[in-house]
Amino acid sequence: MPEPVGYSEVHNSILVVGGGIAGLSAAIEAAEAGSEVFLVEKEGFLGGRVAQLAKYFPKLCPPHCGLEINYQRLKKNRRVRFFTMAQVERIEGRPGDFTVAIRQRPRYVNDRCTACNDCVAACPVDRPDRFNLGMGVTRAVYIPYPMAFPRKYAIDDSVCPLEQCAKCVDACSYGAIDLAMQPKTFDLKVGAVVFATGWQPYDAGRIDNLGFGRYADVITNMMLERLAAPDGPTRGRIVRPSDGKPVRSVAFVQCAGSRDASHLGYCSSICCMASLKEAVYIREQIPEAKVHIFYIDLRTPGPLEFFSKRVQADPGVSVMKGKVAAIVEDRSTGELIVQAEDILSSRKISLRVDLVVLATGMASSVDQPPEGPLAYDNDGFLLPDETAPGIFAAGCARGPVDVATAVQDATAAALKAMRAIHQAGAQRNGGPAAPAGDGRAGKAEVDSAAE
Amino acid sequence: MATNRKLGVYVCRGCGIGESVDTARLERIATELSAPVVRGSPAFCLEDVQLIKNDLAGGEIDCAVIAACSGRVNTDVFSLDGAPVERVNLREQVVWSHTPNTEETQSLAEDSLRMGVVRAGKTESPVAYRQAADRAILVVGGGVAGMTAAVAAADTGFSVVLVEKEATLGGFAGSMHRHFPTHPPYAELQENPVPRMIREVESHPAIRVFLSAVIESLEGQPGRFTAAICRNGSTERLGVGAVVMATGWKPVDAARLQGYGFGKYANVITNVMLERMASGGKIARPSDGGEARSVAIVQCESAADEGNLPYGGNVASLVALKQAVYLRRSFPGVRVYVIYQDMQTPGMYEYFYKGVQRDPGIFFTRGEIRSIAEDEGGSLLLELENSLLGPGARLSADLVVLGAGMEPAAAAEPSLNLRYLQGGELPQTRFGFADSNFICFPYETRRTGIYSAGCVRQPMDVPASEQDGAAAALKAIQCIENSLAGSAVHPRSGDLTYPKFFMQKCTSCGRCSQECPFSAIQLDEKKQPVVDPNRCRRCGICMGACPVQIISFEDYSIDMLSSMIRAVEMPEGDDEKLRILVLACENDAYPALDMAGIERLRYPANVRIIPVRCLGSVNSILVADAVSRGFDGVALMGCKSGEDYQCHFIQGSQLLAKRMDNVQETLQRLALEPERVRVQEVAINDYCRLPAMLGEFVDVVKKLGPNPFKGF
Repeated sequence: MPEPVGYSEVHNSILVVGGGIAGLSAAIEAAEAGSEVFLVEKEGFLGGRVAQLAKYFPKLCPPHCGLEINYQRLKKNRRVRFFTMAQVERIEGRPGDFTVAIRQRPRYVNDRCTACNDCVAACPVDRPDRFNLGMGVTRAVYIPYPMAFPRKYAIDDSVCPLEQCAKCVDACSYGAIDLAMQPKTFDLKVGAVVFATGWQPYDAGRIDNLGFGRYADVITNMMLERLAAPDGPTRGRIVRPSDGKPVRSVAFVQCAGSRDASHLGYCSSICCMASLKEAVYIREQIPEAKVHIFYIDLRTPGPLEFFSKRVQADPGVSVMKGKVAAIVEDRSTGELIVQAEDILSSRKISLRVDLVVLATGMASSVDQPPEGPLAYDNDGFLLPDETAPGIFAAGCARGPVDVATAVQDATAAALKAMRAIHQAGAQRNGGPAAPAGDGRAGKAEVDSAAE
Repeated sequence: MATNRKLGVYVCRGCGIGESVDTARLERIATELSAPVVRGSPAFCLEDVQLIKNDLAGGEIDCAVIAACSGRVNTDVFSLDGAPVERVNLREQVVWSHTPNTEETQSLAEDSLRMGVVRAGKTESPVAYRQAADRAILVVGGGVAGMTAAVAAADTGFSVVLVEKEATLGGFAGSMHRHFPTHPPYAELQENPVPRMIREVESHPAIRVFLSAVIESLEGQPGRFTAAICRNGSTERLGVGAVVMATGWKPVDAARLQGYGFGKYANVITNVMLERMASGGKIARPSDGGEARSVAIVQCESAADEGNLPYGGNVASLVALKQAVYLRRSFPGVRVYVIYQDMQTPGMYEYFYKGVQRDPGIFFTRGEIRSIAEDEGGSLLLELENSLLGPGARLSADLVVLGAGMEPAAAAEPSLNLRYLQGGELPQTRFGFADSNFICFPYETRRTGIYSAGCVRQPMDVPASEQDGAAAALKAIQCIENSLAGSAVHPRSGDLTYPKFFMQKCTSCGRCSQECPFSAIQLDEKKQPVVDPNRCRRCGICMGACPVQIISFEDYSIDMLSSMIRAVEMPEGDDEKLRILVLACENDAYPALDMAGIERLRYPANVRIIPVRCLGSVNSILVADAVSRGFDGVALMGCKSGEDYQCHFIQGSQLLAKRMDNVQETLQRLALEPERVRVQEVAINDYCRLPAMLGEFVDVVKKLGPNPFKGF
């Protein structure tokens, strides 16, 4: 960039909201291009939803491979500072001069944590394992999975009695546990904002006819990802949740909640590829298993079609154009019966399987939008063009997309943020923007960028 | 200890280290290795890090060897204001993964420390390659992606040279009549945004546009490329720092659609032809210029269809929807049939699809075309199969529109003309796209400083091309910034070292230049290697390739690795104490070994682990060194190779596997069994499998018996 001219009202930092694959990518790409970046993540750990996936399509490679590289880049780059357990409450201002109010929940574990694990051994309280979508438990003090970053424990205060127990405090040799930690709020002064707040799985319990919540062996695609993941609740063994028995036949129900006016009106884009990929998980692990995929349209756009063809060439995988009407359980055998219509032959089908996987769609993750000049569509996704200048959306915050598209989006958003700051500087100064590193954190403590 | 460095050795007792190994003995070993300062602490990552800082500040030491947790954690705590730091992984890879307080665990800890001290002694501070860089970006291609990249970079303070081979800007999308709806409620077709983009490009003071121009040659390296741009027979040479390649796409050769009657029947046209008619203001039947009463829009994507492309379109369905709307507006009362296999309307485009479905004059039917023929009246008769209309369904139309596939321009003709030893264009992925091989890193290029964007990278719609153009501009800017700092780009971002050659011993064999995945090494007229540091990604594959071992980095060299191997103490006279050398890729295998420790999985304590930048950087002499030194086995752990390779340096494992021929020769010469050395693919999530994998290898080696060279 041209020779910098100091001008205090233009803040050159970029705030990235969300530490999933889109947010991480936006933050790192901007920082490696010379920008100062703040990264804010509402959970205790970075990585977002992709960390829950066993593999990516179409390469069937592990998400942790790319996350590891991104964490290494993050640790080496002093231009990125990140906050976990933090959310944006309010945002005001204009390009080059935003004030963003951040609220940070207490982690109850400070930077002295060495991740030695002694606290976990001492903790007497269990919590449902949210990372594993409720399959299994962790202690109230936890690290969700071995690759989690930052490698500092966190305490779930919805189950921990805090000072009334305090066994972890005694167990910790490093003085890392602070049960009196309070929430705090602080302001960040930044020049541009990227929202990469991601998505959440559509609540399958709301789809009455598909039996989720009623039958233990009706699971969602994200649950299957956890079952197939080596760091998942079964260490990667795909079994029936009801009895832990191996799976011999599986039905995938596409568009579970998507393309459906009473649920999500749009197409979630990735579920067809996800189910084809998950069919491979099953077939590779259980060679005798049969996989049936019920779909409306098999959406495998562009060059991804080769993957679809490859999976369909497997005689153990059959795909059928048909909408599933209902799923019921045969009480005597514990089998699930999938009732569907084969559209091409107009035949009614009734199929018995061990496991049903609902290809639940991607819903907006915005439950409580922050105050500020943000515009959303009816489905809760950000409308970047109608949001205030200087605020950008990337990845699933603006609609359901796959990982590669989320990173494409994130990299573009990094550029747009840098451009907004450059132009704000040029406009206000009649010259180029102020030097990088102007927008400092208030009194907030920044999570150590290394671990 | 052959080093000029004053080393401080810091042995941490935290996280179970003190309870599992004899740290006092480790400290004694450090003293014996003549480190001037040796200290212990219950936790060096807390207050005691200050002890290290004081020793550095006081000049007692100039390099710290910290024997504590893995170098992958606490990187900021132990970054020590940029002083050289060597981490010895006692926590994850010793005490968390081996039985505490045993002789073998202790000996592993000691060897790890010895290797760390040697490594520190052999590490020199890097001197970065810093050269002036051109803050200019060359954009090749003036379509949506290229124009977006140009404006994005220019608006961010860079100057831009935009080269377009046609006489006008706009690319393919520029000729379109209307665009798909991109905003809620996704109902109305949109004005073509391209004319607005063209005006923006043409009026931008920082963008210089060359029309009817081509890149005659592109030479140099990131930061300092020279582009020879040829226009009207004259050539201008310009300096640019980075390149965005946005050469777009072309419709598949319509001759390939003959099976659908194209070329035979006048009223069988392609979607491209229909779009041209719409843009020209009048849609008409080619045979008589008249109106159509029924039109079939056919998506030529049948699985049996050899004529089109091996991949589906991701916009063909949307084009079909858009053109159905055109037709309904052009011809009152027309019936439009959209014949598809799977409607590809992902995301919010579903709303557009639903909206079009509500038009009672547009009929959607799944089906594949068995045949198209013209009857005497000039009507086209379509026979369908696998259709919702039932077996043998027929359809009559007086116009048929074929959805032609999109082919990347890269596959068609050269556009960059790089003066690189390894070819003039970006290497292509499946189906001829100039794409990255990585899902997480869609702009990971094999030609540093050159980033593809738009439909040359993947088939995509206009909004995605705009995103892609902006993203490629970011990568171009980033590359220029890194070139200025002399720093590597992803994945070894920030690395200031680059390969140095001891030229007196070079035999001009050229292997380094052939094996470099990034074409960073050229050969001069004497066939001697010349490195372009800004193209280099610091993988060390050249170092692994060189048969006379003349290539090294300041902090990574064959001498260093070989000295580390020699630093391991070989137990003598005890056949049970095998020694297995593990060279582990730092991106996947090494973190996987850490994970095994974090999960407290146990694997044999007779392994000695050395991280390497890439398996491709392992010179076969190292393996020979290890076996002649007495190692009983060598496991080389790298990333997946093959079509869906995972190696960020493209083919590290494969290259090493080829070099194994040399290794096997050495083994043969020494009368050692080939099974003692193996290359193993390890993904980062394979940590659960590592104990079994290593255990099995140890068993194999155990059966072979100890290496007879031990002690020689």
